[in-house]
Amino acid sequence: MSEAAPILAAEAVVAGYDERDVLHGVTLELHPGEFLGIIGPNGSGKSTLIRALTGLLPIRSGRVLFGGEDVAAIPTRALARRLAVVPAVSAPTFAFSVREVVSMGRHPHLGRFTNPGVADERAIDEALELTDLVQLADRAIDTLSSGELQRSVIARALAQQPQVLLLDEPTAHLDIGHQMATFELLVTLSRQQGLAVLCISHDLNLAAEYCSRVALFSVGQVYALGSPHEVVTEQNLRDVYGTLVSVEDNPYSGQPVVLLNRASPPQEEL
Amino acid sequence: MISQRRISLILISLGVLLVISAIFATGIGGSAVVRPGDVPRVIWHHLGGPMSTSEMLDMIVWQIRLPRIALALLVGASLAVAGTLMQSLFHNPMADPYIVGVSSGAALGAVLAVTLGLQFAFAGFVTRSLFAFIGAVVVTGLVYFMSRRGGRVPIGTLLLTGIAIGGLMSAITSLLLMQWRPDDMRMVIMWLMGSLAGRDWAAVFSLLPYTFIGVTVAVLWRRELNIMALGDETAHHLGVNLERTRMLILVIASMLAAAAVAVSGVIAFIGLIVPHLMRLLVGPNHRQLIPACILGGGLLLIWADVLAQVIIPGAEIPIGIVTSALGCPFFLYLLQRQRV
Repeated sequence: MSEAAPILAAEAVVAGYDERDVLHGVTLELHPGEFLGIIGPNGSGKSTLIRALTGLLPIRSGRVLFGGEDVAAIPTRALARRLAVVPAVSAPTFAFSVREVVSMGRHPHLGRFTNPGVADERAIDEALELTDLVQLADRAIDTLSSGELQRSVIARALAQQPQVLLLDEPTAHLDIGHQMATFELLVTLSRQQGLAVLCISHDLNLAAEYCSRVALFSVGQVYALGSPHEVVTEQNLRDVYGTLVSVEDNPYSGQPVVLLNRASPPQEEL
Repeated sequence: MISQRRISLILISLGVLLVISAIFATGIGGSAVVRPGDVPRVIWHHLGGPMSTSEMLDMIVWQIRLPRIALALLVGASLAVAGTLMQSLFHNPMADPYIVGVSSGAALGAVLAVTLGLQFAFAGFVTRSLFAFIGAVVVTGLVYFMSRRGGRVPIGTLLLTGIAIGGLMSAITSLLLMQWRPDDMRMVIMWLMGSLAGRDWAAVFSLLPYTFIGVTVAVLWRRELNIMALGDETAHHLGVNLERTRMLILVIASMLAAAAVAVSGVIAFIGLIVPHLMRLLVGPNHRQLIPACILGGGLLLIWADVLAQVIIPGAEIPIGIVTSALGCPFFLYLLQRQRV
């Protein structure tokens, strides 16, 4: 897969806020049809990576290429037709309905003087169905649970019908049923529709179970990149998180599983 | 969600209420008795029909009362739409041209234009509006860029920045007023407190183009306004060019507020009360919120003006005092409910 041209590529990206650099030369490729998980401790630059990839945060050196073209040179609207982002959710200020929020995903496809047409309505309906929100379509978003709100934001991104989907901890507020449903959906979209998915997750087990590749971040750099078996190892997790865990194989899928191991000896060699 | 049918029904009801209120309000003020039936007859006469009322009545309705009502509609619509735009820009339902100090900036600009003796250029209003506009844009820009914290505008910072800058604007205005002769000063103070009294059709037509442009932009940019209300980062991800759109909304909101201030002085809280009530009626989607605010703003201002004329028999108080009396408790109530 890595021989094919990447749809999104970061080349030695340095970016940050004010005086401080957060990303120190990140190189990463995302290919059509792949589901890349981003894991790493708090403050390791995962969310900053998404801001840099979307052109929201100007990068200080290096390049971000979308389909071979510099992201900074692509107009915001044109980029939003091909790249969708599910940011970390925040409490809504205005009481839009779920359907209104999801239909905002069609914005980059609509001209100033055109109203949403049949194709737009179909994309909205499809996004609502995929995220299990059809029943809630008419509810105001300020009456939703945080999990339902999270799914609305995912639905809005799907309504954009992008080629690339970037998600910042989409399962943070979800119960285990909706966590699995969300990751199943992302796997399906990447495999069947060729969507390139990059997903930040704090849940190592979800990432290891579902993602085709995993990137482990540490202090603004890619510490390890590869298959879940290559990246989610006891050694890597101890190096990056500074904690001792056991990694075993899930007897059902064969993918690595991180087990909490409180009985381990103290972390003297750290 | 509120169904499309209900929304249409609410908008039509607001429109009907507005027409009835306008006709009723024509009968208010002064000693002359104007019956509701006289109003269409006077309008018919001025559209080319024969005169069917007394000349005196015709003069009162056409020269005094109708321009005042037309002005109430335009000022109300302008301020309500300006408030809606600012609330989307600041992602905050508490933003309002008066509260964030924009009206004070516009008032300073207008007073400055008059003090410098520029009021005679282009029949007076154009320079005054222009200076008011510059004052409003400067204040909106200052408040916006000074109260932003990492892409968000916290309510506390917004209000305090608005108070500080608005206070400075009012102080400079007072300083300018001290240069005036007492008679002129009294006149300007009356204007600053907000009034629709004695305005003619020229005042109406000096405001009309600004209201028209502002409302047109608000309608055409309704989807961006919805998206901007969700926050800057989301707006960027959905393809809204933040820099350009923010600047456009900032300028248009300032223009609407400034044009209203230039003809009618500082009329507070309309931009807060109307959008809030209209959101309760038709929801936050600007597709229906903008038309609702146009109608609701006009409706509120017509009634506030009626109150200003009848609340003290034989005298008239500035309409700005009426809207402040209505708006202040409303504002405090909203502030109580905010999760700051």
